[in-house]
Amino acid sequence: MEGDDETSGPMIDDEIYANGVGGDDEKRSRPIISSEQLDVEAYASLYSGRTKIMRLIFIANKSKSNQAMELEALRMAYDEIKKGENTQLFRDVVQMIGGRLGPDYAMDLAWCEMVDRRADQKKEKLENELNAYRTNLIKESIRMGYNDFGDFYYAHGQLGDAFKNYVRTRDYCTTAKHIVHMCMSSILVSIEMSQFAHVSSYVSKAEQSPEALDPVTVAKLRCAAGLAHLEAKKYKLAARKFLETGHELGNHYNEVIAPQDVATYGGLCALASFDRMELKAYILSFLGLFFPLLFLMISCLENKVIDNLNFRNFLELVPEVRELINDFYSSHYASCLDYLGNLKANLLLDIHLHDHLETLYGQIRHKALIQYTHPFVSVDLHMMASAFKTDVSGLEKELEALITDNQVQARIDSHNKILYARHADQRNATFQRVLQTGDEFDRDVKSMLLRVNLIKHEYNLKGSRKS
Amino acid sequence: MDAVQALVANIQGLSSAGDISHLHVVLKQAPDSLYAESTRLLPVLDQLDPSKHSLGYLYILEACTSGSISKEQGSALVLPIATFINSCDTEQIRLAPDKFLSVCKRFKDQVMVLEEPLRGVAPMLTAIRKIQTSSEHLTSLHPEFLLLCLLSKCYKAGLSILGDDIFEVDQPRDLFLYCYYGGMICIGQKRFQKALELLHNVVTAPMTVINAIAVEAYKKYILASLIHHGQFSTSLPKYASSVAQRNLKNFCQPYIELANSYSTGKIEELETCVQKYKEKFENDNNLGLVKQVISSMYKRNIQRLTQTYLTLSLQDIANSVQLNSAKEAEMHVLQMIQDGEIFATINQKDGMVRFLEDPEQYKTCQMIEHIDSSIQRIMALSRKLTAMDENISSDALFLGKVGRERQRFDFDDFDTVPQKFNI
Repeated sequence: MEGDDETSGPMIDDEIYANGVGGDDEKRSRPIISSEQLDVEAYASLYSGRTKIMRLIFIANKSKSNQAMELEALRMAYDEIKKGENTQLFRDVVQMIGGRLGPDYAMDLAWCEMVDRRADQKKEKLENELNAYRTNLIKESIRMGYNDFGDFYYAHGQLGDAFKNYVRTRDYCTTAKHIVHMCMSSILVSIEMSQFAHVSSYVSKAEQSPEALDPVTVAKLRCAAGLAHLEAKKYKLAARKFLETGHELGNHYNEVIAPQDVATYGGLCALASFDRMELKAYILSFLGLFFPLLFLMISCLENKVIDNLNFRNFLELVPEVRELINDFYSSHYASCLDYLGNLKANLLLDIHLHDHLETLYGQIRHKALIQYTHPFVSVDLHMMASAFKTDVSGLEKELEALITDNQVQARIDSHNKILYARHADQRNATFQRVLQTGDEFDRDVKSMLLRVNLIKHEYNLKGSRKS
Repeated sequence: MDAVQALVANIQGLSSAGDISHLHVVLKQAPDSLYAESTRLLPVLDQLDPSKHSLGYLYILEACTSGSISKEQGSALVLPIATFINSCDTEQIRLAPDKFLSVCKRFKDQVMVLEEPLRGVAPMLTAIRKIQTSSEHLTSLHPEFLLLCLLSKCYKAGLSILGDDIFEVDQPRDLFLYCYYGGMICIGQKRFQKALELLHNVVTAPMTVINAIAVEAYKKYILASLIHHGQFSTSLPKYASSVAQRNLKNFCQPYIELANSYSTGKIEELETCVQKYKEKFENDNNLGLVKQVISSMYKRNIQRLTQTYLTLSLQDIANSVQLNSAKEAEMHVLQMIQDGEIFATINQKDGMVRFLEDPEQYKTCQMIEHIDSSIQRIMALSRKLTAMDENISSDALFLGKVGRERQRFDFDDFDTVPQKFNI
């Protein structure tokens, strides 16, 4: 904990300084997602364990057009795998490299064999141990035995078996701590397997633990739940979970997620799904702490500002996302959409977010359009188009779709290119609805009476036949 | 011959004496053989006055028409039957409704054989009015009458009885046919709302086996719903019989597909679908309606534009609803303004259309009157509903059935009680 603070502390301070003065200064060593091409090495350094390899392979797969990046990613994946024991993954990566990185990155059969042999030995040893424990019926040892098996399988990439063994430890858990441990291991494996249904069930199981969990674990669980919601396309819930994630997370969970990711995922999901009030309450408050002027403005708007200290810390890690939320809130849509556009290429390389990016972007854009039109009685489409960096006819099409969906109450004057807000006449609408409802009632009751009579008729028919 | 003469004398005597019920007994008791000699009976009719001796006239007429008749004989019969229907006495014929119905049906058959359905329309309408006990009563003449209307294209005449609300039904088949023909007449008159109502009654009527009338009605229901509402939900309401819910869709697959392609809002998709099943629609005699569905799609798309735009050029309208030219779009818009389907003005100078809001402000006296009459109607309906409810809850058969079920239930309850408490 201490060490982490020391390394990350100054960096954050620098960042604040840079932003406070220059705003859009060079992002310097700030590693992940920026408008420039992804710095693979910096990106990879955020993660550890299996997810690092998987993310690198994912990037390599996604950037086939950019060979330099692909090879860079594969090279690092190769190095990383060599440190572990997963020979299957090693073979895959070597095949993907296909000799393009020279003799240093060719197939290393000797290494594979050695690792496999050692693995067999270890497995045998573990089996013997476990059998011994089971004959002695020592609960704690059996649990440890299964847990070791789970770790073993996980290290060797057999995720299904690992999951089974972790789950088996459950019967031998004696304390709440054991159960939480079991849950965390299961969640980790489930995320790797993309079995997000399991993730949510184990998260809730862990949260039900009778003992108070330590803050780091709580933060980890929030992240896992957020991921599960994200994969299930429940963006609002995902945003809530990410926003609730405590800053204690630090780099403790980088075998799954980096704190920067929490900020990006949470920020985008919140933009796409929260309404203005929620955005203000959850996210903007902490911006105020960093920008006193803005803070003053916001607190004038709202007396009680929910202090979201947690998320502030995350957001500071990814200034682009912070800027874009800030822009969105202060209605600088063009610059907000600019940021989004710049981020897009790199976000598409994210293993969790890439599937949802289009939907999220679409929703954010729609919300921006709706918010833009909201306060006006009439809007000049030319001005609006320039605010959104698009042309008038394109904007007209977008607005048409939104009006048809009843998300914007307005009508377009296509001749003069002006959008007029439309205020529904409550009185007329009520009259119309009353008359319509009356007619419908009339019709329904009549046909009902008719059916009743028909049923009665048939009934009478039967009755008379019987008698 | 004597027997016949005696009968005629009886009819004349008892009718003028006003002892109709006695006459009815006499007529019923007359030997069947008497009525069997149908050919000899026809001249007898001349001795009777249809307005005074209605009952007797009816019996003899029924006897004349019950056997098989040649075409010439049939045409000879049409006129006397028509005059009889027009002049007969309502009270007398109601004593023998079966006979009257069968005479009217024979009459309709004859008119059909002569291929002159128009001749039957007016007498049949009179016949319905005379035989029905109230305007809520559906006789078996209703469908026959509507059929004649359809064949002779006298839709207006048909509408006059379709305006009545029907609650009492003798035979379910009558209702099915009545609603089906009625639906077709209303479609012919472009009164789609009423047509939908009638067809809906067919589709949702209780039935234990699927029947051809319901299938055909469902097809027309889909098309009419697309034309009128611009949408169609394939699921039937819960109160529809389970047979209909399960099977109707399978018989109307092309129509369901048509509805699906309609819901995409794309004119090409609709047209390819129509082309694909053209033969099928033609065989069902629904091609005309299908063509109306296509043109309603244009209208629907233009109507949607009024929700989004205040002004729009004719060219843009043509582009967005996929019409060929601005001219064509103008014709469509003009037609729709005339029909009161949209509120708009066309500015021919710049080729712009200005869409307006519905000018109805719900402030006029007529509107108040209309609302008031609606309220009265609903109140009457609600009274009827209460009366019906009371009626059913005191119905012996209904109570008997409910009672039986209750008993069984109680018995089960009783059985689970431990033995020692069961004193």
